[in-house]
Amino acid sequence: MISLLRARLRQGRQTLDFPAGPVPLPERFRGRPVLDGSKCQEGCRACVAVCPTEAIRTDPLAIDLGACLFCAACEEACPTGAVSYTPDYRLATRVREDLVVSGAEAKLATALDDAMRSLLGRSLKLRQVSAGGCSGCEAELAALGNVVFDLGRFGIQFVASPRHADGIVITGPVTGHMELALRETYQAIPAPKIVIAVGACAISGGPFAGAASSGDGVPADIPVDLYVPGCPPHPLTLLDGLLRLTGRIRAGTR
Amino acid sequence: MKGGGEVGLLWAGNARAVEIDAVPRVPAAELADRCAELCASGGRLSALLVLPEAGASRTGARDLLAVIADDQRARLALARTEVRAGQSYTALSARLPQAQAFEREIFETTGLVPAGHPWLKPLRRHADLERLAGHLSTGPAHPFFQVDGHGIHEVAVGPVHAGIIEPGHFRFQCHGETVIHLEIQLGYQHRGAAELFLRSSAGRRLAIAESIAGDTAVAHGLAHCMAVEALADVEVTLGAQAARGIALELERLANHTGDLGALCSDVGYLPGASWFGRLRGDLLNLLLAWSGNRFGRGLVRPGGVRFGLAPAERSQLRDRLRRIERDLRETAELMLGTSSVVARFERTGTVTRQVAEDLGLVGPVARASGCDRDVRRDHPHGIYRFAHIPVATAETGDVMARVLVRWLEIQRSIAFVQEQLVEMEEDVGVRGLSPLLPRRVAIALVEGWRGEIAHVAVTAADGEIHGYSFVDPSFHNWFGLAIAMRENQISDFPLCNKSFNLSYAGHDL
Repeated sequence: MISLLRARLRQGRQTLDFPAGPVPLPERFRGRPVLDGSKCQEGCRACVAVCPTEAIRTDPLAIDLGACLFCAACEEACPTGAVSYTPDYRLATRVREDLVVSGAEAKLATALDDAMRSLLGRSLKLRQVSAGGCSGCEAELAALGNVVFDLGRFGIQFVASPRHADGIVITGPVTGHMELALRETYQAIPAPKIVIAVGACAISGGPFAGAASSGDGVPADIPVDLYVPGCPPHPLTLLDGLLRLTGRIRAGTR
Repeated sequence: MKGGGEVGLLWAGNARAVEIDAVPRVPAAELADRCAELCASGGRLSALLVLPEAGASRTGARDLLAVIADDQRARLALARTEVRAGQSYTALSARLPQAQAFEREIFETTGLVPAGHPWLKPLRRHADLERLAGHLSTGPAHPFFQVDGHGIHEVAVGPVHAGIIEPGHFRFQCHGETVIHLEIQLGYQHRGAAELFLRSSAGRRLAIAESIAGDTAVAHGLAHCMAVEALADVEVTLGAQAARGIALELERLANHTGDLGALCSDVGYLPGASWFGRLRGDLLNLLLAWSGNRFGRGLVRPGGVRFGLAPAERSQLRDRLRRIERDLRETAELMLGTSSVVARFERTGTVTRQVAEDLGLVGPVARASGCDRDVRRDHPHGIYRFAHIPVATAETGDVMARVLVRWLEIQRSIAFVQEQLVEMEEDVGVRGLSPLLPRRVAIALVEGWRGEIAHVAVTAADGEIHGYSFVDPSFHNWFGLAIAMRENQISDFPLCNKSFNLSYAGHDL
């Protein structure tokens, strides 16, 4: 017991002071890309040619973060520096179209409406379903529960039963074999409920878009309330999205 | 493995391309015999796949290719037999249990029937059951194995589990709390990765390889790059080889550390759960600082690596790793010094060495049962040809052994990384790839953190890759988990499961 306490004292508090404190992301972290279409050369499609998921287009230059794997192949291929990835981890949106980036402007997620926020703002229980996820997104969602990110302090918790949940977090391109289980889990959550699509696969199919045995993400008839892009999204991207959704981070405050 | 009787085999090496036409074609019964003989004398079935097409004139005929790893002599035996869709061939599984999953995969993807397979039910493609059932003469396509008798009951779990984990279905046959048999039905994660891979661009292929199992992005990415480089006959720079080794070991460190934390969590030892969990993140953050992604995605690429490590970065990495090692050691010693933890780990989920050999288990799970096998030593590639990591084994084959092997591997991987960060060459420039050689087969083996990863790439006459096979270590090891549960209690399942920590997506593709 003494050695345990000694170890705890020596290791110290490891929890991030988020959202108030500094964000410990390195220079090379590939977050939000910033685009400048005016730098594009006539007829150049170098970025389009190398993108693994057809996430980027030219005329006008735009990246769909819902399909982007943040590999930055486009940035490397671009001869004029029209695309550059920044360490900005804030990426989550409420609307699918807002994931399409064409300049430097970010359309970040807004809070739930007042009625939903009064229900879920201080206590949000989520059920996670992996439907073809490779365990990358799942690992980062699980990491939210560790002592560094400590999701519980915001009143957000992953629960075992859909009956206990206020919403569902979906990862993976939604394989044919998981679609039924996903739908049944979704239906088992009592209304009102929210849906969060995490990662390129759940939003667009990601690297598996067009695969014969899976869909291109969350089926169109399941309404998504929050999109968190990435491959996989960094835990801070997830946390930022969840806190914006619950109104704990407000536009312009961070 | 004995040297005699090698007619009918072609010997190849890890990350080397050989001509397909040089692989001898033998009758099916002989292939089954040869594989069984080689495995009886120390070999392992690393891959079994149906090649895209046989000679142009033989319509409908294809080749079944077997790859047997000879760990003692650092070589791979290749042999093939001609098979025809809708017809049967002599199953390898009848004598070689480790072939069972491979032959179920072949059955459901090609319609070939391995005659004599003891449990021929679909591996991943439940949706195709009706079509597959047409090929079966022995009743329904996928009954669950059932135990009858007084007081026997069945527990079904999944596909959706009570946590943030991937889906799969577990069917326990129990008497009271005691598990008599566990059948694991996977396939829920089947995305169609192999089929999509073949019709994808080079960039997309790398992204798919890195997503076979997302916690193994470096190892699968590396195996893919090694296969492509072998087909292009390109060797990467020494600096890039060292960088790849460092990345692979950092991936191993992060995952082994996470596993120790999860095992602590499953026995209610919260300091271990919290601290190993945090340290896993610290290790992922080393990959993040270096590569821009916590899982090292995009770091390894055909021809080399995306980022080198400048001297200042290396010394910073060394310092951070030293601090991590100190905390890891402290936490591991606390864990192993807590008798209530050790009591739960010991004699739980035992896999004997004989079972591990028969099932062809790989990685820390095999080593914990006394199987002295590790691709890094047995089939060395890249930096592992010059720098050696001692192989960690244990004898008891229980959860405790799997914990000890992981902890030993953590210490040895740290020593390797620290040494490479000092010794590595600066030049990590990316080598350009020439067009791939035609009609070749290349096998790339990598010791991922779960064990042997095999990628088999096959080129057509025009040099295009037209056949590709992914073998995640989970593919070999899932059956080991089922056996580990026998005579254990249902309540031991989480602990046994975590001590294997297998990938569903890696198995399901």
